[in-house]
Amino acid sequence: MSDLFKNIIRFILFLFVQVYVLSRVPSLHQFITPYLYFLFILWLPFSINRWLLLIVAFAFGMSTDYFLGTPGLHAAPCVLIAYLRPFLLNLFIAQESTEQSFVEPSVKSMGWGPYSFYIALLTFIHHFYLVLIEWLSFGTFLYFIGKVAATTGVSLLLIFITEMLFFRKAKYRTNAA
Amino acid sequence: MRNIFLFIRQYFNLITFFILQLICVISLSKFSKTHEAFFSTEANEITGSINTQYNKLNRYFTLIEANKELALENTKLKDALKTNFVSSDSTRVIVADSLIKDTLNRYRKYSYLPALVVNNSVSQESNYLMLERGAKQGVKKDMGVVGPLGIVGKVVSVSENYCVVMSLLNRNSKVSAMFKRGKEQNASNISWDGKDAHYLTMEKVSKAVDVKKGDTIVTSTYSPSFPSLLMIGTVADIKTDAIGNNYTLKIKAATNFSALQHVNIIANHYYEEQYRLDSLTKKQQLNLSTSE
Repeated sequence: MSDLFKNIIRFILFLFVQVYVLSRVPSLHQFITPYLYFLFILWLPFSINRWLLLIVAFAFGMSTDYFLGTPGLHAAPCVLIAYLRPFLLNLFIAQESTEQSFVEPSVKSMGWGPYSFYIALLTFIHHFYLVLIEWLSFGTFLYFIGKVAATTGVSLLLIFITEMLFFRKAKYRTNAA
Repeated sequence: MRNIFLFIRQYFNLITFFILQLICVISLSKFSKTHEAFFSTEANEITGSINTQYNKLNRYFTLIEANKELALENTKLKDALKTNFVSSDSTRVIVADSLIKDTLNRYRKYSYLPALVVNNSVSQESNYLMLERGAKQGVKKDMGVVGPLGIVGKVVSVSENYCVVMSLLNRNSKVSAMFKRGKEQNASNISWDGKDAHYLTMEKVSKAVDVKKGDTIVTSTYSPSFPSLLMIGTVADIKTDAIGNNYTLKIKAATNFSALQHVNIIANHYYEEQYRLDSLTKKQQLNLSTSE
């Protein structure tokens, strides 16, 4: 399965899981909204062009928004984390060894420490920005802080479960592919 | 000139980033102001058709609930049938029909258009429903939507075959409401605080009003979108405002928003006229105040 095809499938799956499963879960508390869709952007290959990454993130965020009825609300944080992603990856991994031998960010390719830090930081940034935009239109400060903390926690839990359930084989890059 | 190109090339990613962010923010701000900028487009048709497919499956899960609600409504309607009431004067037969003007010289003001819910959310801050009925089938902006147990919301945008309804569970939603008991008791707005999908808020109810827990709240006579006396909910909790002479009421919503399948859109045949007169009056007042 080629990378392009795999990512198209992931695009559709993440979108539908977010829109038709996670966004329809009756909310337990006003702070908790389960989000998982942005993991699609974090899982994109290392080799992707930075400009293309931004466009893909924008398209993905906007598609989510059209289904949820809030154009721009999810697209903005998606573009933000897509912009920050290359900087973080450059910080965390040894350029020569990892980027040339592995296809995409995962536990195997980066190691537990750097990978979880990479996920946690971008998840936090995503939610911070998302709730900030929401907060500007309505809400109190307590709502802002509480929601960022709670959603980040729930998202990290969901990502952890996803990593456990769908164990991705760390693919080596070969010249043949 | 060459330097400009060099600059653009060097910061190309940053520029793309800012342009995309700008698009997001503009679309978001435009959307929250007008609610029609984005949804009256093709996107509505595409997401609508996918939602229809999903809903075909999902409808089975709430089938029991929906059947119960419809049966309840049927009973209520049968109960209200004119044939249930015997007139002492048997020389006169009352015929209920859909003519624009009946024999008692009463005009038809509202008519009901049935519609199917294809998309629905209750967990967001701003919840919307999508119905499979649009401009081609006579839906217009600002029409009221009512479910089997109570009112649901107002139509905010319409495409050819679908329309989007702003649910009562939306921070921006406002519906004029009043008490059923003692109709002279003052009207106030129903809104939502974004916390619990089962409860609505009714703010600024004067302390002069005699409120009790369990009082029925219905739509008021003021709203052009809804006929009066449609069920909204019952009073669940009464709170006194710290400032001012008002109560804030917690209303248990009559509608079960998470199990909506069949709803009715309410068309007001005099909406245009009412709206035109209202805006004309406002314009005149504005002219008066500027000419002074």
